[in-house]
Amino acid sequence: MSSMKSRRTIALAVARKDVSIELNSRILTNQVAPFAAIVMVMFAFALDNEGILQRVAPGLMWLATLFSMLIVVQRSFTVESADGALDALRVAGVDTGAIFVGKSLALMVQLFVLEILLLATAVVLYGVEMTAVGLLEAFVTMVVATAGLGCVGTLYGGLAAGAKGRETLLPLLLLPVVAPVLIGATRATEAAFGSGGTAVSEGWPWIGLLAVFAVIFAVAGTVAFGPLVDE
Amino acid sequence: MTPNSGTGTSATRRLGVLVIVLAIALALFGLRFSAEDVVQGSTVRIMYVHVPSIWTAYIAFILTAICSGVYLSRRQRSLAWDRVAGASAEIGVLFVAVSLVTGSLWGRLTWGTYWVWDARLTSTAFLFITYVGYLAVRRLDGTHRQRARRSSVMALLAILEIPLVHFSVNLWRSLHQDASVADPNAKVKLDGLMLFSLFLGLVTFTLLFVWLVLHRQRTMLLEDSFADRGLDVAIAERRNEAGAQ
Amino acid sequence: MDSVIELNDVVAVLGQFPALAGANLRVSRGEIVLLQGPNGAGKTSILRVCAGLLPIERGSGRVLGIDLVTQRDEVRSRVGLLGHSNGLYLDLTVEQNIRFWASMVNATEEEIVRAMSLMRIDGRLSSVKTARLSAGQRRRCALASLIVRRAEIWLLDEPHAGLDAQGRDELDSVLRHAVSAGATIVLASHEMERASALATRVVTVDGGGVQ
Repeated sequence: MSSMKSRRTIALAVARKDVSIELNSRILTNQVAPFAAIVMVMFAFALDNEGILQRVAPGLMWLATLFSMLIVVQRSFTVESADGALDALRVAGVDTGAIFVGKSLALMVQLFVLEILLLATAVVLYGVEMTAVGLLEAFVTMVVATAGLGCVGTLYGGLAAGAKGRETLLPLLLLPVVAPVLIGATRATEAAFGSGGTAVSEGWPWIGLLAVFAVIFAVAGTVAFGPLVDE
Repeated sequence: MTPNSGTGTSATRRLGVLVIVLAIALALFGLRFSAEDVVQGSTVRIMYVHVPSIWTAYIAFILTAICSGVYLSRRQRSLAWDRVAGASAEIGVLFVAVSLVTGSLWGRLTWGTYWVWDARLTSTAFLFITYVGYLAVRRLDGTHRQRARRSSVMALLAILEIPLVHFSVNLWRSLHQDASVADPNAKVKLDGLMLFSLFLGLVTFTLLFVWLVLHRQRTMLLEDSFADRGLDVAIAERRNEAGAQ
Repeated sequence: MDSVIELNDVVAVLGQFPALAGANLRVSRGEIVLLQGPNGAGKTSILRVCAGLLPIERGSGRVLGIDLVTQRDEVRSRVGLLGHSNGLYLDLTVEQNIRFWASMVNATEEEIVRAMSLMRIDGRLSSVKTARLSAGQRRRCALASLIVRRAEIWLLDEPHAGLDAQGRDELDSVLRHAVSAGATIVLASHEMERASALATRVVTVDGGGVQ
């Protein structure tokens, strides 16, 4: 067979492929996004108080993101295993690190779209108000948090993708690991929203934590993804 | 190994006897000889189980990580390392559970509540769930080598994750001054005998851990070789099946 | 003779089941070898071992001179496996699938077009989602991606399944063409008359072994 292209080209091709799959199937926009939105509405039922909702809006937004992420990650690996495509990639000797990067990028794009939607929902439903700097901070938080979530979701999703009966394992493995993201992103978003009188400047250290998380799992994922999906 | 050999040797039997003697001594020192705490009274005695069990859990998870690292780094990968890693993690999970339960009972007595969102308590709960997940990964289908590789990678990922969780939970709690109920040990003034009892607890639990790991990894070895023997039989059957036709 | 596949007493395990219990196989360059045998005999497992997908538990094996036990990864990029599943993304169109595979290797535009027309998946079919294709059309799509990847050894599991008469004829001519271009083919098939007309040698697999 002809020589493999560079890792970067392959990663981009994998990412483009996953985005094309989403564009063709519209699972994210037609199923996951409405699910995320209904979760936000259900939170309002559970916490029947506008003051509380406004105060805890950041946490609810990120919780809804994490729940939706479980579905998106599962979907991301169902398309690989439905007709043995991941096997085929392995047989073709495609670099697993590049597959990891590609799938992480595609997952990040999808999560980011979802978060924008959830942010808008929070503004509309929970009466959140933001300054211009706050909006910028919320935006940066979303970018950095999503980078971490994309890597960690792909890493553990790959492990849970293999044989049957492993899907139920994903939440158990994934949720404890993303706890730092939930904490960091919620605090940073609280600062951005000014919930409970938090100043915008208080959010930046948390974004630092999110960045550390993203870098660690980007590196770890590139190394560990191969051994986890390959058997 | 002969088919009817157990998991014990004379060395582990001696170790077992030593652990029993130490456990009796710990019970005597912890419950009788050592003094009550000025503030907490007799409830302080939970400490002699609580602190050693979380200590043992940390040792267990460190051992799991080391064995997993060694397993992956050796050219000639030996499943023995994987079995020790797995045995150690199982017992670690047990001891984290013990420390969570005793901690929460202790909390009920001193704080009046089973659970507070204390940083250390919260990250210990995450530690517990993380290794429950690790054990679930160990039980996935596959050959021994697949199990070993998957779980070794998981163990190494866990030691990346734990400091991150611990750090972020700490940072989170540091915002809430009101919740600094801190851990009860801090308030305890330990006299000589109490300190001795605590050390006795650490030694006893560590040796108990060693004894348990030795036995558990041998049980795992037996399980593995039982499966291998089953495979030998299956291979022979498969060959016969081919020959018969 | 130039052996491209060499399996010596290979045992391979699926879970705790010995899918292969001592398989021996020797394939020379340019051969078309047909593996025949009942269901569950281990034909698929032999192909998966040769593809470097299923690890060798005991015994030894070499593909293209590369050790299957220690250098499984290197074997992979030089063989192509078409298993029971087609390795397609069902939500992508035919053309998107082929182009994705082409982008994994340095396939030229010309090769893509040629592979697609050879497998008759160009034209109207090229913009249809693979989920909507018939089994035979998906098979042709998978074969086209194999052509694009220019594998040196083709490992085909039931390649004729789901193909109509015309599709089978075309498949055979594609395989002969591939062999004349230097490829070696190992296929497992139930289509005995057809496959043995194509094959240069027939090997019987049974009970996880090869006679």
